[in-house]
Amino acid sequence: MEKESIVLCDREQFRVLEEPFYQQQSNEVTLYEAAYAARLPVMVKGPTGCGKSRFVEFMAWRLGRPLITVACNEDMTASDLVGRYLLEANGTRWLDGPLTTAARIGAICYLDEVVEARQDTVVVIHSLTDHRRTLPIDKKGELLRVHPDFQLVISYNPGYQSLMKDLKQSTKQRFIAFDFDYPDMALERAVLQGESGVDETLAEQLVSLGVAVRRLKGHGLDEGVSTRLLVYAATLIKGGVAPRDACRMALVRPITDDRDIRDTLDHAIDAIFA
Amino acid sequence: MGAETAQGAPWSEQVRVWRTQLDSRFPQVDKVFEACLLDASAHLSAEGVSAYLEQARWLGKMGRGAEPVLAFLEEWPSIAGIVGESALPDIAATLRALWKSPNAKAITPFLQNLAAVARRLPAREALQHYLDLTRELMERSSNSIHGIHKTFASVALPEFFAQGPTLLKNLSIDGLRGWVDYGLRNYPSHPERQRAYFSLQSADSRAVMQRERHGTLLVDNERRLQLYLRGLWQDDALLLPYAAGFAPTEKRQPHYDAQGIHLPDVFDDAAGVAGIDRYRVMLAHIAAHRRWSRPMIADNFSPMQRLAIETFEDSRVDTLILRIYPGLRRYFLALHPVPREDACDQQQVSGFRHRLAMLSRALLDDHHPYRDELLIEFVRFFREIMAAGDSSSDEIAALALRYVARGRRQSDQLATVFFTDTEIDYRDDNRHLWLFHELSDEEEMFSQPRPTVATELDRLPPRHYPEWDYQTQSYRPDWVSLYESLHPSGDGADIDRLLAKHALLARRLKRMLDLLRPQERERIRYREDGSELDLDIAVRSLIDFKSGATPDQRINMSHRHNGRNLAVTLLLDLSQSLAEKVAVGGGEQSILELSQEAVSLLAWSVDQLGDPFAIAGFHSDSRHEVRYLHLKGFGESWGEAVKGRLAAMQAAYSTRMGAAIRHAALSLRARKAEKKLLLILTDGQPSDVDVTDERLLIEDAHKAVEENERQGLFTYCISLDRDADAYVGDIFGTRYTVIDNIERLPERLPALFMALTR
Repeated sequence: MEKESIVLCDREQFRVLEEPFYQQQSNEVTLYEAAYAARLPVMVKGPTGCGKSRFVEFMAWRLGRPLITVACNEDMTASDLVGRYLLEANGTRWLDGPLTTAARIGAICYLDEVVEARQDTVVVIHSLTDHRRTLPIDKKGELLRVHPDFQLVISYNPGYQSLMKDLKQSTKQRFIAFDFDYPDMALERAVLQGESGVDETLAEQLVSLGVAVRRLKGHGLDEGVSTRLLVYAATLIKGGVAPRDACRMALVRPITDDRDIRDTLDHAIDAIFA
Repeated sequence: MGAETAQGAPWSEQVRVWRTQLDSRFPQVDKVFEACLLDASAHLSAEGVSAYLEQARWLGKMGRGAEPVLAFLEEWPSIAGIVGESALPDIAATLRALWKSPNAKAITPFLQNLAAVARRLPAREALQHYLDLTRELMERSSNSIHGIHKTFASVALPEFFAQGPTLLKNLSIDGLRGWVDYGLRNYPSHPERQRAYFSLQSADSRAVMQRERHGTLLVDNERRLQLYLRGLWQDDALLLPYAAGFAPTEKRQPHYDAQGIHLPDVFDDAAGVAGIDRYRVMLAHIAAHRRWSRPMIADNFSPMQRLAIETFEDSRVDTLILRIYPGLRRYFLALHPVPREDACDQQQVSGFRHRLAMLSRALLDDHHPYRDELLIEFVRFFREIMAAGDSSSDEIAALALRYVARGRRQSDQLATVFFTDTEIDYRDDNRHLWLFHELSDEEEMFSQPRPTVATELDRLPPRHYPEWDYQTQSYRPDWVSLYESLHPSGDGADIDRLLAKHALLARRLKRMLDLLRPQERERIRYREDGSELDLDIAVRSLIDFKSGATPDQRINMSHRHNGRNLAVTLLLDLSQSLAEKVAVGGGEQSILELSQEAVSLLAWSVDQLGDPFAIAGFHSDSRHEVRYLHLKGFGESWGEAVKGRLAAMQAAYSTRMGAAIRHAALSLRARKAEKKLLLILTDGQPSDVDVTDERLLIEDAHKAVEENERQGLFTYCISLDRDADAYVGDIFGTRYTVIDNIERLPERLPALFMALTR
């Protein structure tokens, strides 16, 4: 009864079918391939919107592996990852969580913003990320030996979390890490052009605005403007919105409520878009 | 003299008629009469001239000597030229009012400065406001000794007239009213203070003027500009204001040096550019210099060459700015003057500055109106150089030297320099561009700080706090001086004795304290995963399950730590009223003694709880002396030293509460605690010897409480005044308790504290 109810779900739905746009910053693609070849757990660090998730998606596509993404939050429990029994009228039924599914089908499991999850949740990945490569499902009494293609990737943003939220050393030291940052100006310009199809001048202007905003980080801004927001702005402009309005809407208003900063950035927009 | 009047009569004849009409025998008048009338007949209509003479006649007859007549004769034609003749009746009315009061002496300064004032207030309405203000000032500053009649001349009035033009240069008419009002209200009966205030000599006079100024103040926008500099220019220089506008003779320009960027403290909007944008453009120019300009040895160049190099270099950095931030072009164009090509007679005056200003404009503006060939040629050279890249200070200097060599004119050596339209608003003085080989008596040689003589201080220097003036809804800047010190010590054994008296109460408190002590563990229910099964919910879920409904899976609970995180300051009012005696039981006890008992018990209780706790007392003797006495610091434990200080508590002087609250808040704010509590124990309403308006200190204390609230401090008052209901709510809102039965204070105070912090 119970055995039948384990739905070995369709692994095809987790495949990345189309090539995601990804602009290489340096040799991270080669390095990732090497890490995957050894099935080493990977951690990608970097500020919000700099391309972490896009990178993982791109690598999954390149390696041809299914990708299962879990957005972590503080209410997430271990059973949200591993799986749980569901109550039914005439008994119970086990349902695999996303981590278990990935381990069974040999997917790349991507835990996004892993620091958001509680410490006791995070430790369930420990046995998956060392030589054991097993996942004990204690509620079910099963010790899952993971699929040889399975790989665990976590992302985290070292910038914004508080003292209370940090990964434990015992967790951190199970991963090899990629450090991402906003791409340099030329690269970011290429990203904007590639993603939204704006011309070079406009991309240049947007990027220099982005650089100006990022300089204010720590002076009233918790985080500089992300590449993602720059892409949004570019997309809006491409869609016919006036550059000033698009920048105000996409680059200034979302990131700050501070009047002084807003005025300064509005002025910067006026100065850059003559 | 061939000039003729409208009537066509010969001029000399007409002057004679006018002279008769004036009917004045002052010999001084004769000297200027003709010239004044020449002026008047140019500015005024025939009726106007007649009214003018009539008014002058009245001034001559009023018996105050020749000065008022002379002042009027000389000033009125130009005033009428600005505000129109129709203003005369209003001014005449003011003159009459001055004459009827004891202030007739102020008529002369009034008239002498009226033209300058009128130039600042060209609208009739604004001038009328000024006249009204004059009347009001006169009424309110002329003192009387016994009742109705104003008998003493106002000392403020002549000073006010003399400062009028300066004041109006910096203040709008509303600002001026605010400034006058402040002076009158705060120095109603001190002639000397009034004089100091109205002649702009006292510190607060200047401070209030600063506050009322129009325009964009640097202090208000410092953060914004700092962000601008960092964001757009990646520059962290400090912004330092210098006073602009106070002394018209001393003209200072923005500049930068090792200390930072010096900017004027206030900017009005100009040429359609808002003050804040003028600051930004100025900063952009200075930041560009800091980025692209390199200093040169100045000794090799003549002053004229240096001027040319500066102009070319300024234009170079502006060009580079516009490459990055093309949006700034419209500000540059608006702020850069457009000198007229034919404005300057090159035969009579030195036109070198003028030519450079035109060149600078042409370098900035492609649509410049100039046709001078040399200018156009050098604009072309400049553009060629800039087209090749960023260029450099040295390359541009070479170009400038060529320009000087080609464009030299004989008249450039003339002493008179043509200045009109050659000053470029947003540019700095370029002192950074020059290095001097020979160190001589340069400025910086004088500014070496002198060693100061260390003086022995018997107490800490005072801290100054503002006070809220509810009538104007504004702060009086740095109004109160507060001296803080450690409370003198007494015999700590007295406190132990007091505590022993309350042993029974202490035991009861202890039980309450045990309940209050941080539990540190708090139950969180409805967890899917938890450390324990929550039976209630588990049973309910099972019932749901059995009855066929979807059961709740969150049947566990867990615990989390919950520590107390609280910092407390107790502020004691130590004013004279504390010495009053109240009947306690059979005998009598002073409120002071009861407070000592209560505070000791409270301190002991809080010590048991382990919350950081400070005690301080205050009293005041006028605004110049508010004393703030530390009884227990946050870091101190409840020991002999603290007990000793408590034992020595004494009652004296008055209660100026606002400053004490502000000071207590200062140290409490610095504590790193989640909740901050400021407890105030007082026995009466705020009052002080130098304040007659009893609302004033109540409103000020209320303001201080509001400030605390904004900064996350919880302020709570325990009042021992039975009649406190009349005012205590106005200060503390709902956060107060009145203890009627003072003898129960030792019991109530700790209990209240516990109730507040439970």
